[in-house]
Amino acid sequence: MENSNNLIRLNPLDNVLVARREIAKGEQVVISGKELMISQHIDLGFKLAVVKISAGEKIFKYGIPIGSASKDILPGEIVHIHNLQSDYSQTYTIENQNEYEGK
Amino acid sequence: MKGSKWEGYIRKDGRKGIRNLILVAYLVECAHHVSTEIAIPYKHDGVQVIGFGGCYPNKHADRVMKRLCTHPNVGAVLLVSLGCESFNKRSLANTIEESGRPVNTLVIQETGGTRKTVAEGRRWVEETRLILKETPKVEMGLSDLVVGAICGGSDATSGISGNPAVGMVFDKLSNENSIAIFEETGEMIGCEDHLVSRAQTLGLAEELRKSMQKAARYYTVMGHASFAPGNADGGLSTIEEKSLGAYSKSGSSKISGLLKPGDIPEKGGLYLLDVVPDGEPRFGFPNINDNAEISELISCGCHIILFITGRGSVVGSAISPVIKICANPKTYDRMSDDMDVNAGKVILGDADLQTIADEILAKIHEISMGNKSASEGLGHQEFVLQYKSFQPAGPSCLP
Repeated sequence: MENSNNLIRLNPLDNVLVARREIAKGEQVVISGKELMISQHIDLGFKLAVVKISAGEKIFKYGIPIGSASKDILPGEIVHIHNLQSDYSQTYTIENQNEYEGK
Repeated sequence: MKGSKWEGYIRKDGRKGIRNLILVAYLVECAHHVSTEIAIPYKHDGVQVIGFGGCYPNKHADRVMKRLCTHPNVGAVLLVSLGCESFNKRSLANTIEESGRPVNTLVIQETGGTRKTVAEGRRWVEETRLILKETPKVEMGLSDLVVGAICGGSDATSGISGNPAVGMVFDKLSNENSIAIFEETGEMIGCEDHLVSRAQTLGLAEELRKSMQKAARYYTVMGHASFAPGNADGGLSTIEEKSLGAYSKSGSSKISGLLKPGDIPEKGGLYLLDVVPDGEPRFGFPNINDNAEISELISCGCHIILFITGRGSVVGSAISPVIKICANPKTYDRMSDDMDVNAGKVILGDADLQTIADEILAKIHEISMGNKSASEGLGHQEFVLQYKSFQPAGPSCLP
């Protein structure tokens, strides 16, 4: 596990890190000796890409795939439902659950 | 902690409980209000309401009600029937009586309506409270306990702090020969191979694999995973991600058996409860909410439920105390009255997982001795029982 004050890498295989506190847009964090510029506000528990991830590539957390990138993701970008999709079933939120009801 | 004992209640059927409750059980929704009215004066004093709302027969509901009404935390049961529902009240009353517990059945249509049944019910409760005061005590230890674990209102912190800490508690309980039960195969999607590799026997591995395939198929038919909008608001993106966090609450011990609701293991160890119905999907979602899962865990004999939450759930349960473990430090700050353990300290780097696991074990001990958990003290006694259908568990499922 790689720790900083702000971020945890839960497994060496992971291409995302988890925020252990809120991180403001524009903050600099150092990961694996490299400085990373945070491009959006990140809330506690959210994930950010630590390397460039291409659309279709697996996202690894805990060393295990949690789904695939639905678009290209840049280092330092938030990884969430807008660019990560399940390999099993769609994730519904309050905003898109009408799609489920409409089935 | 090691070797510490406390006093519990011994039942005539030999089972040991950590509470000495009277249940008022409605046998159809039409008898729910009358049951609630009977219990209200004693709500904070050991009288709780459970029941089944449906008017159509269901073997699963029948079996779960029998298990709950003879649960070791339960000393006596008052059944409240409207009179025309299909629930087999005689069979339930017989089962309770055979277990040596005082039981009485009130039929609202025969007793003469709401007011008379409430008065009659309270009279019986008053008398029975005196009888239960005489319940013999017995020494209990960790090896007598059945402990269930569930996560609800999960967010991205649940799988990092609360769930892995409970996993360590589960390893300790399995070592101490307690029975530890985790659940929800629908929240182990993505973890199949690892789960199966932990089976104690090859036969059980096969059963675990089948139950995981059943869950994946069932949720595919439903078209909706076990995933709520709040999970995404809390940083979880996919069911696989939620599953990996949820799965960590099972710890690292070998899995001794696979249970269906109402199956009560006889030997200590780690068990998985399969809550997904068998056969073609008939009655909708496997579990409509967290309390539906908690009721089923308790039907397998759980004395205590460990409930890990990140977003902040407030629920408790009828019958067995719920210990609330808060995974998210921000949630804990806002809702500490509802929480028993602050696992969010792990996220901030102020505690390690072992420290939190030790705190949870200390809570288990304290609450087994009779102290109230946070939700219990606040009067939470939620209860949900759904229509479901199950085939009996296969011979390889139990050790």
